Amino acid sequence: MKFDTVIIGGGLSGLIAGISLAEAGRSVAIITAGQSSLHFNSGSFDLLGNCNGELVTSPIEAISSLPASHPYSRVGVERIQALLPAVQPLLGRAGIATTGGYTRNRYRLTPLGKIKPTWLSLEDIATFDNPTRLPWRRVAIVNLAGFLDFYPQFIYAGLTALGVACSVHSTTIPALDTLRKNPTEMRAANIARVLDAEAIGVLAGRLNSVSRDADVIVMPAVVGLNDDLNLRLLRRLVARPVYFVSTMPTSVPGVRTQISLDRYFMKLGGTYMLGDTVISGNFNGNRLESVTTRNHDSEPIEASNFIIATGSFIGHGLKATPDSIIEPTMGLDIDAPHDRSLWFKKNIDDNQPFMSFGVKTDNNLHPFKEGTLIENLYACGSLLGGCNPVKEECGAGVSILTALAAAHNIQSQFSTNRHD
Amino acid sequence: MNNSENTSPHNFEQCVKCTICTVYCPVTAVNRDYPGPKQAGPDGERYRLKDKRFYNEALKYCLNCKRCEVACPQGVHIGDIILQARLKYSHGSANLRDRMLAHTDLMGTIGTRLSPTVNGILKFTPVKIAMDYILGIDRHRTFPSYSPRRFVTWFRRHAAERQERFDRHVTYFHGCYVNYNFPRLGKDLVKLMNACGIGVNLMKNEKCCGVARIANRLIKQATDAAKVNLQEIRSAVAGGTEVIATSSTCVMTMRDEYPNILGLDNADVRDHIMTATRYLYRLIENGEIRLVFKPDYLRRIAYHTPCHMGKLGWSVYSTRLLSMIPGVELTILDSNCCGIAGTYGFKKENYRNSQAMGKPLFDSIALVHPDFVATDCETCKWQIEMSTPYKVFNPISILADALDVEATRRANNVK
Repeated sequence: MKFDTVIIGGGLSGLIAGISLAEAGRSVAIITAGQSSLHFNSGSFDLLGNCNGELVTSPIEAISSLPASHPYSRVGVERIQALLPAVQPLLGRAGIATTGGYTRNRYRLTPLGKIKPTWLSLEDIATFDNPTRLPWRRVAIVNLAGFLDFYPQFIYAGLTALGVACSVHSTTIPALDTLRKNPTEMRAANIARVLDAEAIGVLAGRLNSVSRDADVIVMPAVVGLNDDLNLRLLRRLVARPVYFVSTMPTSVPGVRTQISLDRYFMKLGGTYMLGDTVISGNFNGNRLESVTTRNHDSEPIEASNFIIATGSFIGHGLKATPDSIIEPTMGLDIDAPHDRSLWFKKNIDDNQPFMSFGVKTDNNLHPFKEGTLIENLYACGSLLGGCNPVKEECGAGVSILTALAAAHNIQSQFSTNRHD
Repeated sequence: MNNSENTSPHNFEQCVKCTICTVYCPVTAVNRDYPGPKQAGPDGERYRLKDKRFYNEALKYCLNCKRCEVACPQGVHIGDIILQARLKYSHGSANLRDRMLAHTDLMGTIGTRLSPTVNGILKFTPVKIAMDYILGIDRHRTFPSYSPRRFVTWFRRHAAERQERFDRHVTYFHGCYVNYNFPRLGKDLVKLMNACGIGVNLMKNEKCCGVARIANRLIKQATDAAKVNLQEIRSAVAGGTEVIATSSTCVMTMRDEYPNILGLDNADVRDHIMTATRYLYRLIENGEIRLVFKPDYLRRIAYHTPCHMGKLGWSVYSTRLLSMIPGVELTILDSNCCGIAGTYGFKKENYRNSQAMGKPLFDSIALVHPDFVATDCETCKWQIEMSTPYKVFNPISILADALDVEATRRANNVK
């Protein structure tokens, strides 16, 4: 089977690259081993929140002070700056409406009641312009009775410390009664599946009668799994603004983002091969000619170009064996020390070295195999090392921007070839 | 140190409790009595390994659609864990209804012999009500009608002889549905293959693939049939032919359920068992055969991915083949379970949930409003035809219908 480009990995990075290429009219397949870590996403996408230990206000400026090994630096600061304006419209075309911008960070309310910098957020997620002066005076924090994956007290403490008057409420609607039959199933995604249009109407009624003096309602993100129709309905029916805060996984805004991106990719004619695993790459010199997958075994999948966006350790893009860090699908070269004692620090809060491990690439994001640069393969997303996405708050930005950079590299190669 | 030494069956120990499987479980969406795939599968298994009394009879609500496995990022065979727990711990044996539903071949033999009577009776409302009360087969269900003549009978009388003229052959596992209910699909396959210069062989002694027996916990009967089929598959492969089927579920069962559920090793022949669309696609891609279509075959088609086709990962072969027909405008529907899951949806206790599970699919078909729906599974076909105004065809029938037979024969140098 042949495609123009085959992308290994169907998370945020793989899908953004796939959409970018499919929009340009290329035939693209995404091969992905199960669902991605977007299912744990908060509903916000970070660009750069922390640089050299300092809080970042303007990510577009701070990017230039990152070390040369950072994925942003590898792509090039000017290039990143040129790609940034394309992101929000691309998400919009996939049906994902966001707030925020790259010149100034916005600030999101975390499930622990903290305020953290972020770049783009789904429109219904609680975010602010200013991290210390919130636009809210009185907030009603409303949880659903029996939902254990959301902690109103943390939100209460966090908002109160910033001078916001808060009240905590618990409510329920009959549609949720049956869900409590199995205590293990009272989960954000299951609640979202139960809340059909009718149940949303009942819930809106309950929210309208809660703490009438509050000017804003904050609740766990449990509405809108497959699309944002019910979410909009709820916000329309409730008299005050409703904002959502992410819950324990599986995250409803994260699943909605994944489904919206998948759906848009397939609408563009992309082939999304879910539940398949690449077991080997078939190389010829410095080119990857095809990949062999578990489902298609004797039918290698061929392409002119490949992108590998298999993620970090949690996505199995990287694997730690007792004595080495490897890239398991095709054995690409890794930037990581051999000495296991250099992989981690004993204090969990320290900047953990393993967080920065990844595949080695050149500045065009071409990885290496046994020292040979693979000229038609690009690596992107959290498979790239050189940054600590948790400490620097840059994970989503690296995933999106390196994906766009890889897709543009592939596209420009096509246009150069045409002019040859 | 070798990590692989510490693995357990079905990658059970790989579960990281992320709950992604539950998001994609069609049963969890509609049936609150079902504990959900994570709880029913790897979580519950930890308890069951300690004490079998932790087994929960609500596991019977699992459809065995394997959507949890397709979604799982860790490669845990969640559906297999649940199914195996049902086989191992569930109390009591299958009742009369379950045995009847499970023996698709025996019922098919009776059904085809007495087809005018049986088809009439099964449409008769008092009979449906009686079956509902006495057997627990839901009265709202439409039974697939039985064919007056079996596919194999037609094949022996009208097709077998001319198959010998071809140099290249393929072995066709027709399955119960083609044999007893819908021989036309088998005839379409023969027409298509013959036009490409490929002769069709049937097995000497084909048995039901066993999926319905497995679902109804008749494991001994399923294993006996599977052993016969494996023997037939081995002799077909030894004779140099691939084994193809037009039902995605038969293929999934023979490739995956035989080793993973029944413990029958098929590693020597597994790669040779495939859907007819994969077989055709590969020959076309390798330039070995060509299909020529009628220029005036103009249709708007919506393709539905059956759950087991999703598990195989092979819907791309069917959709790419359909896209080769010049006059076809193909829409690939969002992947949703139709809700019937073989014999599951026929059972009175499952009927309502079965229809509720299928609703997102039915709605999405109505939105596209195609000329008809294409899918590779016969029970999806029954469910969609019963629950929507749209007809459903197997991609093989669509290809056969759109085929310019004479031009295809010429293109493949068939005399």
